[in-house]
Amino acid sequence: MSAHAAGRRAGASPAAVLAWLAALLAASLLVSVMVGSVSLTPREALRGLFEGGSQDTAATIVRKIRLPRTLLAGIVGACLSLAGLGFQAISRNPLADPSVLGVSSGASFGLMVAVLLGIAGPTSSPILPTLFAFAGALLAAVLVYAIAQVDGRLPMTTLLLSGVIIGLFFTSCVMLATVVLAAAELQGVVFWLMGNLAPAKTGTLAVLGVVLVAGVAVLARQAPRLNLLALGEEQALQLGVEAERVKRAVFVAASLVTGAAISAAGSIGFVGLIVPHAARLLLGPDNRALVPTSVVLGAAFLILADLGARTIAAPMELPVGVITSFCGAPLFVYLLRRRRGTEAW
Amino acid sequence: MTAIEVREVTFRYPSGKGLVGASFNAAPGERLGIVGPNTAGKSTLLRLLSKVLAPQRGAVLIHGRDISRVGRLALAREVAVVPQDFQVAFPFSVNDVVLMGRYPHATGGAWGARDRAVAREAMQTVGVADLANRRVDELSGGERQLVSLARALAQEPSVLLLDEPTAHLDLRHQRDVVETVFSSGSDRMRTTVLVSHDLNLAAEHCDRLLLLAGGTVQAFGAPKEVITPQQLEQAYGCPVEVDLDPVSHRPRVRSSLARAGAVHLEMDSPRM
Repeated sequence: MSAHAAGRRAGASPAAVLAWLAALLAASLLVSVMVGSVSLTPREALRGLFEGGSQDTAATIVRKIRLPRTLLAGIVGACLSLAGLGFQAISRNPLADPSVLGVSSGASFGLMVAVLLGIAGPTSSPILPTLFAFAGALLAAVLVYAIAQVDGRLPMTTLLLSGVIIGLFFTSCVMLATVVLAAAELQGVVFWLMGNLAPAKTGTLAVLGVVLVAGVAVLARQAPRLNLLALGEEQALQLGVEAERVKRAVFVAASLVTGAAISAAGSIGFVGLIVPHAARLLLGPDNRALVPTSVVLGAAFLILADLGARTIAAPMELPVGVITSFCGAPLFVYLLRRRRGTEAW
Repeated sequence: MTAIEVREVTFRYPSGKGLVGASFNAAPGERLGIVGPNTAGKSTLLRLLSKVLAPQRGAVLIHGRDISRVGRLALAREVAVVPQDFQVAFPFSVNDVVLMGRYPHATGGAWGARDRAVAREAMQTVGVADLANRRVDELSGGERQLVSLARALAQEPSVLLLDEPTAHLDLRHQRDVVETVFSSGSDRMRTTVLVSHDLNLAAEHCDRLLLLAGGTVQAFGAPKEVITPQQLEQAYGCPVEVDLDPVSHRPRVRSSLARAGAVHLEMDSPRM
């Protein structure tokens, strides 16, 4: 056994890594509810989370303001990471991510349509807007894959290019729609477009949670077959995998979680690129381990990114998408440069 | 019962290329070579035999069963394919990849002790056991091809299909592949189908040869019936010289470059 191999796999059992990440997630959740315009001690935060009564100011801050926002960040981060992992597995391309593929723009467009139709107001149920965003995401993903396909394969260059084209197209559609909107509605929409975790309602969280669980169920079920897809579609077929069916299921699931995340929190870029990549560094490429790892790591990542967005320029609040893009763009460049010259796509 | 039976199979791509009315068979344990010029339909035939493509007309039978009525998993327990180009998208280890060959046998990709043992044995047979923990994407082309072969052997197939298994390999790796597939020690019950541009390789190791040209079967029979100047000139559209290999007593194609006029003098002299 080579030293190289020993180094790569040093003691990293999936269960142990997952336990560490769960601890990280719990810690980031706790810190996230402690930090804000009023700082709380860990004791106050924990009391607010687990026992505080209605008279308790700390409990009110934690339960009414910080916890919903933190949960939203966590679930959205998990959704986007899961979507990235799914798109990467079915396109055999580690650069695939909802934002890179233009799927996020499609979801934004779908949601914009819902806003224009007057069914995405502040008081309406989050289910319809989520469906619209899902439809937009699915439409964009179908278009990107149809354009990128060459002889039944998805070469990196055409995939990235068609992602850019479709992304720009749907972004333009969203801009067009903003012209039609009244000024009063516009401000909220623009803030949402930049990626915004502030208005987290219980209904939104519930819908998002259900979608996430469904997405995880689909990907966890398909994980062994997604591993075989790494050998190429033809080899997967020859090993007994109904490749087309697997790809379709994951495709729909990834679009659904993207649509739900975007409709709840707006466009937050690169999470689906960063998190699966980090998970792969920790555990290797086995999707059976990557599905739970990406979900937990993605939740922790976006909670911490939101914490950064709230505190770096306090009392001003940065859009969380700025933080994730500042992390993601350099990683994207690194991955692209590293893979250049090889044809292992 | 035949191991492979192809009955009047037609498959055309939208471009019009493909295969028309192909028929042949292979007995259990037989080694069948498929040769012919580019775009003759060789790779299409392998795709039809492994159910990646479905015939538009005719039928493919493996062990007497029409594979259009056999589930993909059940078929993968009988038929394994070593593709021409073996690329793995993510940094899986050699051991991971060879274990993937156990997928048709293991339920849902949960490997048991026997799966691991079979995978280990396959790596030993091919000689890549010492690479087990290396990343496949860091291997050389030759090593990767051997891993691909080990993956196919881990499938424990009764029918092994090889698409140009030696095409991109240096001499040593070519020998390793040929030895694993054709040596006397290898599984004689396994039916082997070799697609190759290397006519001499096919003629030396195969019991029968199928010569495809322009999407149809031009000749099917023992190497000495197929590897003849007439057959090959008709298929390839250029003059070909054939003699007999002094060791294997199989027909052997001599370099046709000589007759292209380029190296006339040296090639003709003391080779026999």
